[in-house]
Amino acid sequence: MTAINLDHLSANPLLPEVKDAMIEAIRADYGNPSSQHRIGDRAAEALDAARQSVARLINSPTSKEVVFTSGGTESVNHAIKGVALAHSDRGKHIVTSNIEHNAVLRSLRRLKLLDFKVTSVPVDEYGRVNPADVAEAVTDQTILVTIMHSNNEIGTVQPIEEIAAVTRERKVIFHTDAVDSVGVIPVDVQKLGVNLLSFSSNTFYGPTGVGGLYVRRGTKVWPLLDGGVQEHNKRAGTENLLGIIGMGVAAEAALRDMDRRIAHASGLRGKLMETLPQYVNGFIFNGHPEEVLPNLVSVSIKYVEGESIVLMLDDEGIAVSTRSACAAGALQASHVLLSIGREFADAQGTLVVSFGLENTEEDVIRFLEALKGTVKTLREISPLYNGEAVNE
Amino acid sequence: MYSETVMDHFRNPRNVGVIKDADGVGEVGNPLCGDMMTIYLKIEQERIRDIKFQTFGCGAAIAVSSMLTEMAKGKSLADAKKISNRDVAKALEGLPKNKLHCSNLGADALHQAIQDYEARISGKGKAEPKRKETHEHTHGDKCYCPYCDAEVPEGETFCSACQNDLVEIH
Repeated sequence: MTAINLDHLSANPLLPEVKDAMIEAIRADYGNPSSQHRIGDRAAEALDAARQSVARLINSPTSKEVVFTSGGTESVNHAIKGVALAHSDRGKHIVTSNIEHNAVLRSLRRLKLLDFKVTSVPVDEYGRVNPADVAEAVTDQTILVTIMHSNNEIGTVQPIEEIAAVTRERKVIFHTDAVDSVGVIPVDVQKLGVNLLSFSSNTFYGPTGVGGLYVRRGTKVWPLLDGGVQEHNKRAGTENLLGIIGMGVAAEAALRDMDRRIAHASGLRGKLMETLPQYVNGFIFNGHPEEVLPNLVSVSIKYVEGESIVLMLDDEGIAVSTRSACAAGALQASHVLLSIGREFADAQGTLVVSFGLENTEEDVIRFLEALKGTVKTLREISPLYNGEAVNE
Repeated sequence: MYSETVMDHFRNPRNVGVIKDADGVGEVGNPLCGDMMTIYLKIEQERIRDIKFQTFGCGAAIAVSSMLTEMAKGKSLADAKKISNRDVAKALEGLPKNKLHCSNLGADALHQAIQDYEARISGKGKAEPKRKETHEHTHGDKCYCPYCDAEVPEGETFCSACQNDLVEIH
């Protein structure tokens, strides 16, 4: 029985063409793009080509607005701390939402130790931010609004354009964490109207250890890393050229195949959501019914705990992810699930299924069959289960 | 992450279920901290003749419950009271540090079930189930930061070792 990977949010395999390009790059013995000689020129050309590919993926008007980083986490840290440091003379207030990724939460936590004030706006039952709440939270001290493009646990996509209208009017810098969106759904920085946008290569089958930060021209951001003048003086350090070349090829493929990938993932998502009731009862789907990533299903299964489900499914060769506190090691239920109104116990039984290019409808059915047995076994052990489970 | 013994008890948990006419019942934990555990005892001549459990929780919590029931079965009440959380974790060949709180649940549930039995036979009637509301009251042993493994005091919301929040900011 072959293994089934339904946890693509944790890691995506490299596309064959990405592997080829990276192996070729290793063989090419690229030099340093900053060098003044021919060896350096060749490297600089490869770097520039990758930057243009990535810029096209997010429809950045010029590739100069793309800064390569070590991944989504660095991009987010750079955007938030870089804006805070560059604009603290103007104000020390930042607006965010209740369901951000830890990269955002912990960056803000760090800034709070430096006397920054943070206002976090709530989300509705589907995990959507109301732009009016953002407008209300912005004060004359606000220097930054940071709201994620899509959520990594429930897939809900935020009304970024409408929030950008607010920040434009109030002349506040707007950053969006688009790590789970870029390369998966169309992301157009010009249409969105954001100043800063974070993304990651592995989301679209490029290598890990590389990502990007879109910085709209004129947006003042301090670098996190000081040193040389690489990345238009925004991020010092000799570039991770192998990774960047891989990311460039992955970006080309993502743009070329996006419609096909969305149709494929949406098909599997629909199949899972339609068919689940035939296998398991007592569950709640999380996330917005329409404004949602196509490659993710978040479902809370009542009376059972997520890590136990993950371990049992793993024994059957099926990889999924959970948002149970126990599995995260944090001993706390997910702040995202609590923010959309899930009970503690239901949050504990939450699975995140994320599809990839190789998945088939057969994989979905095999997952559901295995899930049925797993849930039955665990409910027999559970003190919360009294023999009945109804869907909400 | 888990030892072979933990995985064995997780995959094939021993003594799962309910004893309908139990002589003592112990309930600990709450979904807030991740786990809930119920232990049922059948006592004969001050000895645990039968023991069953129900657990809502992670792999470690289920394995701890299973191991605990194996250790307690057949023991005199005096000996069963001596079973500590540490003994259970040791019998499981260790647990990841941030899962030690799961083992705390196990012995606590057993001790509560025994207390419940003793209250019943002393004529005080059935003790109220002790499903407490907060993490800090459900078990007494040490807690560890899930991020850096440093020991943190019960109820602490900030790890001074790694400067991380143990409760997310809002």
